[in-house]
Amino acid sequence: MAAVPERLAAQLCGVPLATPVIGASGTYGFGGEYAGIVDMAWLGAISGKGLTLEGKAGNEGERLYETPAGLINSIGLQNPGVEHFIRRELPAMRALGPKVMANLGGSTIDTYEQGAALLDKADVDFIELNISCPNVKAGGIAYGVKADSARQVVARVRKCTAKPLIVKLSPNAENIVDMALACQEAGADGLSLVNTFQAMAIDIERRRPVFSNVFAGLSGPAIMPIALRMVYQVCAAVTVPVVGLGGIASAGDALAFIMAGAAAVQVGAANFVNPRACEDIARGMADWMERRGVESLDEIRGCAHQLS
Amino acid sequence: MPAQNCEAVVLENSMQAADIYLLKAGLPAGAAAPRAGQFYMLRCWGPDEAPLLSRPISVHEYDGEKRTVSFLYQVKGRGTRRLAALEPGSALALTGPAGNGFLLEGATAVVVGGGIGTAPLLQLAKDLARAGVVTDAILGFRDEPYRVEAFRAVCRHVEVATDTGSVGHKGFVTDLLVPGHYDTVYICGPEVMMEKAARMALGAGVRTYVSKEAKMACGLGACLGCTCRTGEGAPVSVCKDGPVFEGGVFYGSGT
Repeated sequence: MAAVPERLAAQLCGVPLATPVIGASGTYGFGGEYAGIVDMAWLGAISGKGLTLEGKAGNEGERLYETPAGLINSIGLQNPGVEHFIRRELPAMRALGPKVMANLGGSTIDTYEQGAALLDKADVDFIELNISCPNVKAGGIAYGVKADSARQVVARVRKCTAKPLIVKLSPNAENIVDMALACQEAGADGLSLVNTFQAMAIDIERRRPVFSNVFAGLSGPAIMPIALRMVYQVCAAVTVPVVGLGGIASAGDALAFIMAGAAAVQVGAANFVNPRACEDIARGMADWMERRGVESLDEIRGCAHQLS
Repeated sequence: MPAQNCEAVVLENSMQAADIYLLKAGLPAGAAAPRAGQFYMLRCWGPDEAPLLSRPISVHEYDGEKRTVSFLYQVKGRGTRRLAALEPGSALALTGPAGNGFLLEGATAVVVGGGIGTAPLLQLAKDLARAGVVTDAILGFRDEPYRVEAFRAVCRHVEVATDTGSVGHKGFVTDLLVPGHYDTVYICGPEVMMEKAARMALGAGVRTYVSKEAKMACGLGACLGCTCRTGEGAPVSVCKDGPVFEGGVFYGSGT
């Protein structure tokens, strides 16, 4: 098996990544599910299933709904809780090789703080603060829409951890650039964007919304161009590194996010289309770079901002 | 063993009844052998083509010598329509075998299937017969039965029920089920039928297994889209914890 080429090496908040490709939270379990399919050496990191302090059973009713170029989900942060993760899931996740990103949600600022304090003492490389889950009633997106709410929760969590703190933003924010700046000012070491777009579906035979929560989150290729625009805007405004995500389905998509300024990318729904998507995308990026004589991602990162 | 990706080749793909197809594919060298009750995610269209998700289909038959796996499926939407259009020689992307599969237990068993829910029960019946378990089958259909002869080849008795009465007993499989005659009852079919049959079997104190169907995105236990609530325990993933469960997990101890 060919070694992962050096040209793919990336850095995120001072942590070296073998490649800029990260399995996105909520689509990658805790990584082990893909171990028989993917050569994990091609992943820079894995962002685990979103955690909450006490764990959650997730949402009732329908959880998945396909659209022509996307997937609407209403999982509702089903997870075993932070302590269970640290004790039972983290050792195996760590052993896979890619850097470990613990994705942390909450319902109140207190639970965010307690979760972050636990993760701070655990063997994780990053904490990805999820202030953007559209599928839980309390917390989550409540903090992801208003920049002032986000500023508050990020500032409080910042005090609980010395780990690299990446704040995952919602595209449903009132203004994505204001939101990004607020999180940066509150002490975020990095940003990841975007989470899913709030969406819905209606079952015309039942004459009711498909999802118990009425609204749910749209991901997949349908959202990629909008996500790319938001990442481009945010990269122009902030100084912290940005992880780009939202409908990335190919090496070309991933390279576009790097050219928009992203330090790294996350791959989500594409893992459901092709369980080897993360590896295939990383390999495809390396192939493209080799063909174009690009020795390092630094040569192309943000290049799309030079408009003349 | 965790699920793998592989590229199979379609050998046959033929209509068995209205909207019911049987697809046989050759597994490539190195691909793991499936067990009865396991399933694969099937895809015969590009990653950038609709539908977005691959389709979970259970193993209908597996031939270990010829390395062929068969899928019996019902055309319900865009994904299965694309599968139905496959010609021999076409490539078929498989992710699997996924899920837990059936445990073979007891000296006598009955497999109870409703409609396309009969699909995973054939390999089970074959494996039970091979293990020396005396096995009966009760197969229910709306109107037109399919694959009944394949069950007859491996089962002691096969009974058929149809909603319309076109073949066999007019009525439900549960009319024909006497769970006390068996050590183990295996059930797969529509939820209403599965619940009724499972409660009968559990009520008779018979070991009961059900195979669940669910919409899935990953099929690997990663997305938690197919989570099912259980009677008392923690929620389960149909794809990873199942699709086969002890009946009591969902239906308590019976009626």
